[in-house]
Amino acid sequence: MTRFLHRWFGRGWLSMGYLFLYLPIVVLVVFSFNSSRQDMVWSGFSLQWYAALLNDQEIISGLGLSLRIALLTACGSVILGTFAAFVLDRYQRFSGRTLFTGMVSAPLVMPEVIIGLSLLLMLVSVQKMFGFPERGMMTIWLGHTLLGMAYATVVVQSRLREMNKSLEEAAMDLGCRPFQVFFLVTLPNIKQALGSAWLLTFTLSLDDVVLSAFLSGPGSSTMPIVIFSRARLGLDPRVNAVAALTILVVSIGVIASSLYIARAERQRSKQLAAAAKG
Amino acid sequence: MKFFKNLIKHPGRAVVIGVPFVWLTFAFLIPFLIVLRLSFADLDSGEGGPFGSLVTVADGVMTLKVKISNYLYILEDELYAITYLNSLKFAAITAALCLAIGYPFAYFMARARPAIRPVLLMLVMMPFWTSFLLRIYAWKGILANNGILNSFLLNLSVISEPLHLMNTQFSLIIGMVYAYLPFMILPLYANLVKMDVRFLEAAADLGATPWQTFWRITVPLSKSGIIAGTMLVFIPAVGEYVIPELLGGPETLMIGRQLWDEFFTNNDWPLASSVTVVVILLILVPMAIFNKYQADQEARK
Repeated sequence: MTRFLHRWFGRGWLSMGYLFLYLPIVVLVVFSFNSSRQDMVWSGFSLQWYAALLNDQEIISGLGLSLRIALLTACGSVILGTFAAFVLDRYQRFSGRTLFTGMVSAPLVMPEVIIGLSLLLMLVSVQKMFGFPERGMMTIWLGHTLLGMAYATVVVQSRLREMNKSLEEAAMDLGCRPFQVFFLVTLPNIKQALGSAWLLTFTLSLDDVVLSAFLSGPGSSTMPIVIFSRARLGLDPRVNAVAALTILVVSIGVIASSLYIARAERQRSKQLAAAAKG
Repeated sequence: MKFFKNLIKHPGRAVVIGVPFVWLTFAFLIPFLIVLRLSFADLDSGEGGPFGSLVTVADGVMTLKVKISNYLYILEDELYAITYLNSLKFAAITAALCLAIGYPFAYFMARARPAIRPVLLMLVMMPFWTSFLLRIYAWKGILANNGILNSFLLNLSVISEPLHLMNTQFSLIIGMVYAYLPFMILPLYANLVKMDVRFLEAAADLGATPWQTFWRITVPLSKSGIIAGTMLVFIPAVGEYVIPELLGGPETLMIGRQLWDEFFTNNDWPLASSVTVVVILLILVPMAIFNKYQADQEARK
């Protein structure tokens, strides 16, 4: 009897939890097909908000800018994060290590408003001194990469720590130069971590609104900035349409990647079995 | 001197350390030094405004002008103390509710059949990949006066007129718990799924009821997961800006929003800088102490 209760209580709790997590997502999608502008009263099926989206220059150009920044951020963060993770994992002693460790991880705990504010103040002072840079795409990239690097470092560092170091030693013994060891042995070993760090920082940048708001200039509004300014004013069904499309893309991506991983896994076990037999 | 000797001896190493170091110095350290410096400046002091030099040389006399009235103002004005305490309060409530909902959730996830665990885990992580901003925006539609929750309750005749839920403490906390719940569930799940079931069997064999086993074995063993989850929720919640702005109301002042307003609405950069410095001290110093305490505990083990 208690076992039975335990099981059903568990199922109930999980269902309620998932309902809570997915309710807003379902609501976003359902109301993107609503025919009236009247907030949140269902009045029939329609695709008009998707059509409206096609003519919404603000959102379209915002999306273009966001994608470009996210691409650059992901690449920059992974490169810098790999450097930082390598330093943290391999160089235990150098002058300034404590400062270095602090600076790498601080963006993770610092409120974004504070990071944005201090970067903006720096940009303004640099501008006063040298007359550049104008606020825009590159300044947003600067902020996103600072934050993205911190996340990439965590991901890459944990993989580096687990990695079998004797592989590198063997390569070294066989006469590899240090940079050859890195590119031929270390990098292939951590490439999965680099991939997930890339995806993580890409989404992080695509989603960020606070840093972008501080660092963007006139005429360089990313998509989250556009959405945020509309969401502040009230409800806008075009935002729902954006959300539904995002969810569609993400679901396809997640399903495709999990199928890919499952297939790779099956092939690996097949190969292992074949190797054991042969 | 040693630094330069090392630089010549191991140029590769110097480059590897140097690249991220220089980047962080320019993108992180210098901005904070500028904030610190600006926090002592005057909004409309002579040449260069707040960015003018603090040190001036006139008639062969060097004067260092440091204005501390920003800090005094923060100390005197009750608003800042209230805002800061409010931020701590809302972050604590959020963390507590996330723990109360997330712990049983992670527990049942970890006790589910191994075959379905990856699916359950993926379902928790999926919302992460959809925009945070859009998911918070969705709550506006749910909680609004003519929103989904109200029309649902009205149709069921549970209530006779719409409840006012938006822009209250309630909507703020719902939004915060919603946004941060996965951050609590994931470390707890990682911890609980690794737990050695034999401890629980041993406790049952020795006559403990399931309730006793849970409180005296499971919970103490998952302490590190509880701490990790709570920190992951509490720390970002203190400085949160987007959720209070979209779902909060006039009585839910929080420090992130206060800073934003000081900066963009009032345009008082020196004051905003002082608030920043104070917040950094109030958030980071306790955290550093906590980290050191944890490291010491680990070392003792």
